[in-house]
Amino acid sequence: MRRVAKLSAACIATAALAVTATACGSTSSDNTTSSSSGGGGKGVKIGLAYDVGGRGDRSFNDSAARGADKAEKEFSGSIKELTAKTSDTEADREQRLSDLAQAGYNPIVAVGFSYAPAVTKISAKFPKTNFGIVDSVVAAKNVNSITFTEEQGSYLAGVAAALKTKKDHVGFIGGVDNPLIKKFEAGYVQGVHDTNPKVKVDVQYLSHGQDFSGFSSPDKGQQAAQGMLDNGTDVIYTAAGSSGNGAIEAVHGAKGAWAIGVDSDQYNIPGLAQYKSSILTSMVKNVDVGVYDFIKSVHDGKPLAGNNVYSLAKGGVSLATSGGFITDIQPKLDAAKKKIVDGSIKVKTTP
Amino acid sequence: MNKLTSRIDKERLFLGLAAPVLAVVAALVVTALVILATGKNPGPAFNDMLTYGFASDSQVYILNKATTYYLAGVSVAIGFRMNLFNIGVDGQYRLAAFFAAVLGGALTVPGWLAVPLILICAMATGALWAAIAGILKVTRGVSEVISTIMLNSIATAIIAYLLQPGKLAQLQQGGTVVATKPLPSGSHFFSIDTGPAGDLWGFIFIAAAVGIAYWFVLGRTRFGYDLRTVGQSESAAAASGVSVKKMIATSMIISGAVAGLIGMPTLLNDSYQFSSDFPTGIGFTGIAIALLGRNNPIGIALGALLWGFLERTTNHLEFQGYDKEILGVIQGVIVLCVVIAYEVVRRYGLKRQQQKVGAELAAQAAAPTKKQEVA
Repeated sequence: MRRVAKLSAACIATAALAVTATACGSTSSDNTTSSSSGGGGKGVKIGLAYDVGGRGDRSFNDSAARGADKAEKEFSGSIKELTAKTSDTEADREQRLSDLAQAGYNPIVAVGFSYAPAVTKISAKFPKTNFGIVDSVVAAKNVNSITFTEEQGSYLAGVAAALKTKKDHVGFIGGVDNPLIKKFEAGYVQGVHDTNPKVKVDVQYLSHGQDFSGFSSPDKGQQAAQGMLDNGTDVIYTAAGSSGNGAIEAVHGAKGAWAIGVDSDQYNIPGLAQYKSSILTSMVKNVDVGVYDFIKSVHDGKPLAGNNVYSLAKGGVSLATSGGFITDIQPKLDAAKKKIVDGSIKVKTTP
Repeated sequence: MNKLTSRIDKERLFLGLAAPVLAVVAALVVTALVILATGKNPGPAFNDMLTYGFASDSQVYILNKATTYYLAGVSVAIGFRMNLFNIGVDGQYRLAAFFAAVLGGALTVPGWLAVPLILICAMATGALWAAIAGILKVTRGVSEVISTIMLNSIATAIIAYLLQPGKLAQLQQGGTVVATKPLPSGSHFFSIDTGPAGDLWGFIFIAAAVGIAYWFVLGRTRFGYDLRTVGQSESAAAASGVSVKKMIATSMIISGAVAGLIGMPTLLNDSYQFSSDFPTGIGFTGIAIALLGRNNPIGIALGALLWGFLERTTNHLEFQGYDKEILGVIQGVIVLCVVIAYEVVRRYGLKRQQQKVGAELAAQAAAPTKKQEVA
């Protein structure tokens, strides 16, 4: 009896699902009426799909959000934001993008390289929607790939570190040892050695492979920085998302040591105000500029497409001067910048 | 006699269903309160979840997700039936998927040969990784909870070490993603094209087969009987001639082998390679689903479908302006409620049983001549 009941229950459930899935089911796009999402009407409708962390991470995602906010204000548009989870599969990322596209958001900006396959697929499904992807390249007519030459900015950070160190010993802390962060390391190390070959560079990554905690663990950043300071370094460059906050805190505790920030101008971040006297400079990656440019181009009716590289020459990456700690070495930094821009220095992208 | 057994089974069935239903209802109430507390109306939210969740493309998504979750649930449940808490499913499936992806990318044999080889590789890797915890448990008495948690971290480290350009992986276009060599298209598992709703992963049939095998082996074989006996009482099992140590090691290995399959739907039907953004944490989802499904093959399936449904619909809730954290709240509350509801229902069932036995005894005492009939 029991077995029969169970079996029939299972059959009914499967059959019901199968029937609705094939015969009489309508897709969610048929159910969605375009008016249901509100917002709409005039102005540009911006769809943002963030990487893990989302708005409020004080770093990468926030920078994209700044660009979108600026565009929203200027073009009196509206923003819809969705955020990734760590358990995401391709299907989730695709759902996020196609939900936005179905509701009529245009442009849609995917923040972070994990979205690359999803953008490839969904941009083909919605050829009239403009997609942007940050930190990766997708070859499609309606996709604008926004990439940055992090290694060039990091090179300048390396030059500054080599000029400012008194112990001829500097450090680099990376969040996760993925190819993107290795670009930071490569540029930095090259910048240091081109300036002063005698300077020793310590390199440490906070987490590895699939473990992305290195981007969001200030405690790990602090420990790593403390270890480097104890080991004799006096300038530490951290490219590790919010873990960098911990590193900056540790550096602040050591006399005469400097921290170099990343992504945003960290001297001006309110949460780090008490440590700002130790922030030498920051390697600013202007994701906001890339995102804003893209939204503006769509608003103007001439959407950007292809791979737009935000290089040092275009101001896509730069060294922040807030605090005035690098004013004395500015001529040397400018000289290095000029050499990178005119091509006489080629910065490596892998260490 | 026949009538009697059917009545008892109905009651059992009722009690079995009562707990998950109670849990889900309680979770819905709590979620409604949470949504109300955020100043929004829960009515449209639930309504949106239903209409969106039952759209055909959502159903395909849910079935695909549930395929993965079902395997995770079964893998954990095998341990649970044995009183083993295999927290290491997470590390087992990731390591298995990684090595299977490496093998799949390197193979040049035709698909009908490559797919089984990839599956065997995944199951063997998962089984070996779980075996470490099993052997430590039987030879050294190390708690499997501790050892499997640690093995999870070690698995992460091994993958991180090998998933590097120049080792077992390569850099992808754009230079930002490291992944293993993609599987040749011949090694892709079949999927069912449902038109605009998307592709239904063929791996769902493998998952169903695993479910049937789980039901059969545990419920219908000597081995399954021994396994359940050990789970209920080690000393009783030992007294009846079962080698407890052997059973512990074996069930850990089987649990690991099934765990090895968890990553396969994603690998063979979706990503076709292992990259640093391969989904993580499904092993822990499996624990929740096994709990929800009471280690029952059909219960686990329903739990997996519910989980997929919740993820699909809460993704869309975020789109509708509700907070995305709602998903975590619902899932957490369901798991808590399940644990509480099972205990409540178990006590209620125990009480009912005592009452019934009491009533029967009383009836016997009252009418001693009818004794034989009742018994």
